[in-house]
Amino acid sequence: MKFSLGPNLFFWPKKDVEQFYQQAKNSSADIIYLGETVCSKRRELRVKDWLGVGRELAQVTNKQIVISTMTLLESPAEIVTLKKLCDNGDLLVEANDLSAVQIMHDLKMPFVAGPAINCYNLSTLKVLLKQGMMRWLMPVELSGDWLTTMLTQAVDENIRDKFECEVFSWGYLPLAYSARCFTARSENRPKDDCQYCCINYPQGRKMNSREGEQVFLLNGIQTMSAYQYNLINEVAQLNNIGVDIIRISADSEEAFTQLDKFKAQLDTPKTFSLDKEKECNGFWHQIAGMSVA
Amino acid sequence: MELLCPAGNLPALKTAINNGADAVYIGLKDDTNARHFAGLNFNDGKLAKGADYVHQRGKKLHVAINTFAHADGEYRWEKAVDNAVAIGTDALIIADLGVLDYAANKYPDVERHVSVQASTTNLEAIKFFKNNFDVDRVVLPRVLSIQQVRQLAKTSPVPLEVFAFGSLCIMAEGRCYLSSYMTGESPNTVGACSPAKYVRWQETEQGLESRLNNVLIDRYQENENAGYPTLCKGRFDVDGDVYHALEEPTSLNTLELIPELMAMGIVSVKIEGRQRSPAYVEQVAKTWRMALDRCKNNPDNFQVDGAWMQTLANLSEGSQTTLGAYHRKWQ
Repeated sequence: MKFSLGPNLFFWPKKDVEQFYQQAKNSSADIIYLGETVCSKRRELRVKDWLGVGRELAQVTNKQIVISTMTLLESPAEIVTLKKLCDNGDLLVEANDLSAVQIMHDLKMPFVAGPAINCYNLSTLKVLLKQGMMRWLMPVELSGDWLTTMLTQAVDENIRDKFECEVFSWGYLPLAYSARCFTARSENRPKDDCQYCCINYPQGRKMNSREGEQVFLLNGIQTMSAYQYNLINEVAQLNNIGVDIIRISADSEEAFTQLDKFKAQLDTPKTFSLDKEKECNGFWHQIAGMSVA
Repeated sequence: MELLCPAGNLPALKTAINNGADAVYIGLKDDTNARHFAGLNFNDGKLAKGADYVHQRGKKLHVAINTFAHADGEYRWEKAVDNAVAIGTDALIIADLGVLDYAANKYPDVERHVSVQASTTNLEAIKFFKNNFDVDRVVLPRVLSIQQVRQLAKTSPVPLEVFAFGSLCIMAEGRCYLSSYMTGESPNTVGACSPAKYVRWQETEQGLESRLNNVLIDRYQENENAGYPTLCKGRFDVDGDVYHALEEPTSLNTLELIPELMAMGIVSVKIEGRQRSPAYVEQVAKTWRMALDRCKNNPDNFQVDGAWMQTLANLSEGSQTTLGAYHRKWQ
């Protein structure tokens, strides 16, 4: 079992990003994903900066470095940037849209299919394998049973050794993408004059019910879970059903602590009680995502 | 430019055809389509009757099989494709890559349309569907601006269909798990957003409250119209500010874009609302037929009739309409 640090989904100042990945060098992650996956207007780091950070990490650590790409691509300019990232020459790429799958296939390069690619069944998985997929993350809304079914089917069809399986296991969940920027809207700004205001919310902006229940996080054009997903009590199960990699999302520096905590579950498993006002694991148990089983 | 109307049952299908639809799209009576609601959609017998009615009048039928096939039940989506082909559907509307693969291999001669639920928003993604499944049409999600639609229409190797009117999904369709986060059920997995069985209405001292799986979605004062608690259209609290944090109850209406869409070569305009009544279908089909015909006859001097706007507003959520993402300012 390996452990990965997922891409940071929020918008941070360049120096904070660089500092975060300095720390990531010494983290217990085996794999580090990095790159902008949410909004192309976020340009604190440009293509060469992301690739620069990635290459430095690849040089000074033994970790596998993966460039994560955008999820909702709408303009030709965004596709140009995507192509540069995909054709970077040395670093593995995580595709989060079928455009990236198409580009990686044209380049004849293997890729990771990220959680925003809708792969709900084995036939779809086979389509992606044919395109060059080497690792798969299921959509975050799917359950442990659903995943078990697919992995069992893959074994039965003798294709289980053709891909690795990674599961988003800790952090704020990416739930939806829109043309509209909800952070700009929350500051009464149009998207075209957003002033990059999501940089002021390094952990997203909380959207509560009128009774004070935390519902979602606004993160630019992305809507996220207000609770942190936490599969800390499911590590043994993940291992047993054949998951290869556990993903810890790079929400904050806490991700480094969580990497250690999750890793420790393999040798000395403990049961943790989740805080229902801050954490959730419903998706894994096929109940409302925001709840705790 | 085709007028493509929704039908949730046989009376709505007949109404659509009788009021000017060039084509009708429908779903089967199970979770293989994205409007899986009680009392809605077509069983095998009704499906055949619907197909006959449409074909006898020289119109077209599209069958939406546009949820994502369950890992333990792919055969049900395959069977839905088989059934739709058996009654002579003119097109299959599909989102799932596995189902598209099945349809392309087994029925290469039946038109395949990429469902809006597949969230195809750019040229490379369109190429992916063209190269792998030789699709005949792509339905664009409601997240693109009119400028972006124009760009795509110029370069797309596949004809494009756009949403023209109806309830407005503000998220990239097929990529929204807000409903399953709150209820455990999503459009992708069960074919319904904010499912009715989780809705609860309650009169309280503070006003009428709507809840979805116990989460407060909205609270209405006496003078306010209460709408269905679709979770992205409620009022929420962001740092003390209570407002429609994601979107207001409103519907998409693109009547004024008709000349532009025609000029771009968009092949079809789609009306949302398979869950709506035959009366809705009648009004919308009639209005859009008039508008499309007027534009076709005199595209340079096309003007939106005030009465059309009023008719459509009356059928809309919160009695208001928007150009949605087509208009940059909305974004």
